[in-house]
Amino acid sequence: MTRPTNLDKAAKSSGSKSPETPTLAPHSDVPTRHQPDGRVGGGLFDPKQLVKSLPDAIRKLDPRVMVKSPVMFVVEIGSVFTTVLAITKPGEWFGWAIAGWLWLTTIFANLAEAVAEGRGKAQADTLRKAKTDSVARRLTGSAEERVAGTALRIGDLVVCEAGDVIPGDGDVVEGVASVDESAITGESAPVIRESGGDRSAVTGGTKVLSDRIVVKITTKPGETFIDRMIALVEGAARQKTPNEIALNILLASLTIVFLLAVVTLQPFAIYAGAQQSMIVLTALLVCLIPTTIGALLSAIGIAGMDRLVQRNVLAMSGRAVEAAGDVSTLLLDKTGTITLGNRQAAEFVPVKGVMEAELADAAQLSSLADETPEGRSIVVLAKEKYGLRERHQGELAHAEWIVFTAQTRMSGVDVDARKIRKGATGSVSNWVTERGGQVAADADTTASEISQAGGTPLLVAVEDERGARVLGVIHLKDVVKEGMRERFGELRRMGIKTVMITGDNPLTARAIAQEAGVDDFLAEATPEDKMALIRREQAGGKLVAMTGDGTNDAPALAQADVGVAMNTGTSAAKEAGNMVDLDSNPTKLIEIVEIGKQLLITRGALTTFSIANDVAKYFAIIPAMFAVVYPGLDTLNIMRLSSPESAILSAVVFNALIIIALVPLALRGVRYRPMSADRMLRRNLGVYGLGGLIAPFAGIKAIDLLISLIPGIG
Amino acid sequence: MSPVLAGVLQFLALMVALALAYRPLGDYMAGVYSSPKHLRVEKWIYRAVGANPATEMRWPAYLRGVLGFSLVSVLFLYLLQRVQGSLPGSLGFASIDPDQAFNTAASFVSNTNWQSYYGEQAMGHVVQTGGLAVQNFLSAAVGMAVAVALVRGFARTRTGELGNFWADLVRGTVRILLPIALVGAVLLVACGAIQNFAGIHEVGRFMGGSQQWNGGAVASQEAIKELGTNGGGYFNANSAHPFENPNGLSNLLEIFLILLIPLSLTRTFGRMVGSVRQGYAILATMTVIWVVFTGLMMWTEFHHGAPAYDIAGGALEGKETRFGIGASSIFSVATTLTSTGAVNSFLSSYTGFGGGIAMLGMQLGEIAPGGVGSGLYGILVMAVIAVFLAGLMVGRTPEYLGKKIGTRQIKFAACYILITPALVLCFTAVAMALPTPVNSLTNSGAHGFSEILYAYTSGANNNGSAFAGLNADTQWFNTSIGVAMLLGRFLPMVFVLALAGSLAEQKPVPATAGTLRTDKPLFSGLLVGTIMIVAGLTYFPALALGPLAEGLAS
Repeated sequence: MTRPTNLDKAAKSSGSKSPETPTLAPHSDVPTRHQPDGRVGGGLFDPKQLVKSLPDAIRKLDPRVMVKSPVMFVVEIGSVFTTVLAITKPGEWFGWAIAGWLWLTTIFANLAEAVAEGRGKAQADTLRKAKTDSVARRLTGSAEERVAGTALRIGDLVVCEAGDVIPGDGDVVEGVASVDESAITGESAPVIRESGGDRSAVTGGTKVLSDRIVVKITTKPGETFIDRMIALVEGAARQKTPNEIALNILLASLTIVFLLAVVTLQPFAIYAGAQQSMIVLTALLVCLIPTTIGALLSAIGIAGMDRLVQRNVLAMSGRAVEAAGDVSTLLLDKTGTITLGNRQAAEFVPVKGVMEAELADAAQLSSLADETPEGRSIVVLAKEKYGLRERHQGELAHAEWIVFTAQTRMSGVDVDARKIRKGATGSVSNWVTERGGQVAADADTTASEISQAGGTPLLVAVEDERGARVLGVIHLKDVVKEGMRERFGELRRMGIKTVMITGDNPLTARAIAQEAGVDDFLAEATPEDKMALIRREQAGGKLVAMTGDGTNDAPALAQADVGVAMNTGTSAAKEAGNMVDLDSNPTKLIEIVEIGKQLLITRGALTTFSIANDVAKYFAIIPAMFAVVYPGLDTLNIMRLSSPESAILSAVVFNALIIIALVPLALRGVRYRPMSADRMLRRNLGVYGLGGLIAPFAGIKAIDLLISLIPGIG
Repeated sequence: MSPVLAGVLQFLALMVALALAYRPLGDYMAGVYSSPKHLRVEKWIYRAVGANPATEMRWPAYLRGVLGFSLVSVLFLYLLQRVQGSLPGSLGFASIDPDQAFNTAASFVSNTNWQSYYGEQAMGHVVQTGGLAVQNFLSAAVGMAVAVALVRGFARTRTGELGNFWADLVRGTVRILLPIALVGAVLLVACGAIQNFAGIHEVGRFMGGSQQWNGGAVASQEAIKELGTNGGGYFNANSAHPFENPNGLSNLLEIFLILLIPLSLTRTFGRMVGSVRQGYAILATMTVIWVVFTGLMMWTEFHHGAPAYDIAGGALEGKETRFGIGASSIFSVATTLTSTGAVNSFLSSYTGFGGGIAMLGMQLGEIAPGGVGSGLYGILVMAVIAVFLAGLMVGRTPEYLGKKIGTRQIKFAACYILITPALVLCFTAVAMALPTPVNSLTNSGAHGFSEILYAYTSGANNNGSAFAGLNADTQWFNTSIGVAMLLGRFLPMVFVLALAGSLAEQKPVPATAGTLRTDKPLFSGLLVGTIMIVAGLTYFPALALGPLAEGLAS
């Protein structure tokens, strides 16, 4: 394996924050996780959290809470039962030891859940601070009245001016303002919110920094974005996901089977002349039922949501997170996701008779007055490739700068008699011919070649003593983000098809699609096209994920199985999607898919581990129970455990300790790397299936050795 | 040739014969269940029973067909036994007592063929041929119909329709079971099995009494007894009786017939779901368990250790010398890994481990390869569980054959795997706890416990073989095993059909590189592991007190 273990890296990056003050990850932290090799990492886990969550864990012993997890509920009943039995025979250490460890098993399970929830609670507290009871300035007609934020109703108009906290979620219907949204995004730079268009949504709890806006309230108090966020991260709104329910059913049925196996064992044992104490039977039952996964199941789910929150993604339902693991088609917007935001100069192609350096020099000079990203990229290219130092407008005397405008589509400079222009082919050609010059034939061919390859040609022309003429062509092209090709390759191996969505013409789209290595593209895409594409994929049984921010994306976001709305987007988009990315980074879709997969893998791995554990426990307990009457059964005691009591107790202790030992794994998630299903299954079966078979043999033996050292036992 | 080598060679010959039949029979059966055409004789039957074979049934309708038909079958068989005394052609045998008649009716309709009666002393020609043999065909055809319905559940999409029960039942009987049974019967007659309607002959005196033989349509019943994985012998000695199973060749033929349809159905499954490789993966799982069990059985039975074993060359007690240890072991494993329950040797006399292997074979749910139909649907339910447990580990919500294994599917599969262990363990526990059932035991200690555990294991799993030694003709055993057989047969069918219905409604999920491949050796291995751990572990404590305690004692 050549790939560094990025999981550890990511874990460290978030672990560097003190666990006492967990906040939503500040924006500055985010890019490190967006590296193409930045795999899904886990959250922080600090053993101190175990101690801190202990009161919560004990509170959860309430049977009304426990009954939600059938497996652990059985353990709790077993704990009560053995305690009562131990009280009736207070002289026997064995009963107390079993009862004690059964209670610990129950508490450890609750602890796992409490720790997972505790991490969310800390985040919720931070959010609550933002949700101070604001006073709203409600508009009634033209009059303004001050009402409590909680008294607002949908459709109310409220006025917010610099310094006001926006009282509820809504859309700006009038005005423009800069808003500080750091309370929810962790991003300190203010954002612009204005009426109309795709940047009209404002979130309650954020603060207006300048100007005045009128906001139309779109959600009821108590159901605002920030309220939902608090509920989500606290786990209060957590509902069991379909797969979790299915797993619970299977675990419950296994529990019933083992309950029957243990309950019916007593008559068999009586017939054999080896009647068992109820304590031993309870111990056997607890060891056999799948406690490991039963204890960790809800913690895995909470931690999965938590991992998303750590990446500043809010999933509105656990169902969406699960669906993310199943996604087989990703719709990715070209701009910002696959390519850098803007086209960049990639090459200077001179016409015959012109030196490349001469063209570069002219291109640089003519672009100094072009502040567009394209213009800047020309200056950068000239510097990087031709070593031309970047000059400033003030450096040249007598220079008259021609600033780029959308009308002229040219920029340039006039230095004395020398005039240099750079711009769109049509504009520059006109400029040359107007001045009596000729556009060189090879400039035309180069330009059309560039167009065909999906790039944008810009012409550079000069007028001096030799007349007006074209010097050459600048090749602007979309720059595919570094590492995207590899990433799409990984997705392909995971069985996920990537589709690039772009407004470009098919020719350009094809070129970029090829360069980026996406599987398919949708060119000149309209919202209707997107919708049709999603429907088509879904009709074939595929699950589709997409990102979007505009109101016209809303139907597609709603239709997609995983719709990630950008936080900068409209409230319509945010309502339609089932996730919101607070960083508004469309690349995150890939991470969301990985987190969804990791959640399912963790669940499956621990279930397999838990069930495989039973083999060793049988080998510990059955000989301990029956070797007295059937000495031959001692052959099954392959661990050579020191005494029957010690064997049973060791199995119970192992069963309890393994829960605590696996809490970090449940919270962090099983290590995930994109690979084919076959390889992944082989690997995980080896680690968790075979491991689950072998580990308890070693664990139980070790515990038995320790127990046998205690005087009076063993 | 050493007996061990002879056993191994017979086993290899069996495998070759089964391999040769696998493709043509599997493909033929797929054709039978998929063809839109009806034979003339089938049309007559449909007209006679008033069924429209063209109507597609959703799962509740299909289930109503299965249950209604089986209920009528139970009543018919019960009444036939109850009036035997007044029927001609009954060799003068009296009517059967109510509890035994119920037990026998439940037994033959549930494809179990547990027999608490002695065939040659209780059942005349009419009941044997007109009642029991008919159920040998029909109960087998019902099992195959349910399996095919489940396969259609996987194969079909966006519909709740599972086919037509009456068409499946009739076709399975007319086009599959009857022709093969006919050929089998002829071959058995050629080997020396009897086929007549002769009365009772006194053939001599034996130990102060009169020894009597009676004839019967034995070869024909024997063929379908094995082919339909029924197992109810014409005579009490079952396939150890020379009239039923005269020699080594007929013995091998009978084992072949037992395994023929259950194994070939995996091909039918593969054909119908559109990928024969999926069928191979299931076949591989079945074969691995079968080969390992046979190997272990031979090893423990040939294993020397005690003086008597040394002299006999292994545990020969209770086995026919004309078959030997090898062929007896192969037969016993084949009969307990399917729902057959025919015996050619007496399991109670097997070594402790040998008896345990037979018991575990049934306790796995009889899926390697299992009964006709029931083996296939049993292993497919286990595959659903395996896919669900391990499928999560590839990072997708589990799918099998393009169908999502969600909450509903797991609910049905979980209920399915719950039923038989619950029946076996609860009935055994009650029998052990009650004062009287224990009086039926002829042994004490671990072996005595094995007798009762075996009886309920055999009944609830619809096997029908007996451990021998247990006097099962008591009101308690007749009734409780009868109930166990009926519940063990028809409750799982309810969940299988419900599962099939829920699968057929789904739209298919296309396979991608991220999908768990279920047509690979890795999956077969995973399925073996799931079966051993999920199905096998439940019985570990009980087995420890029976065969394990006995086997480890020596």
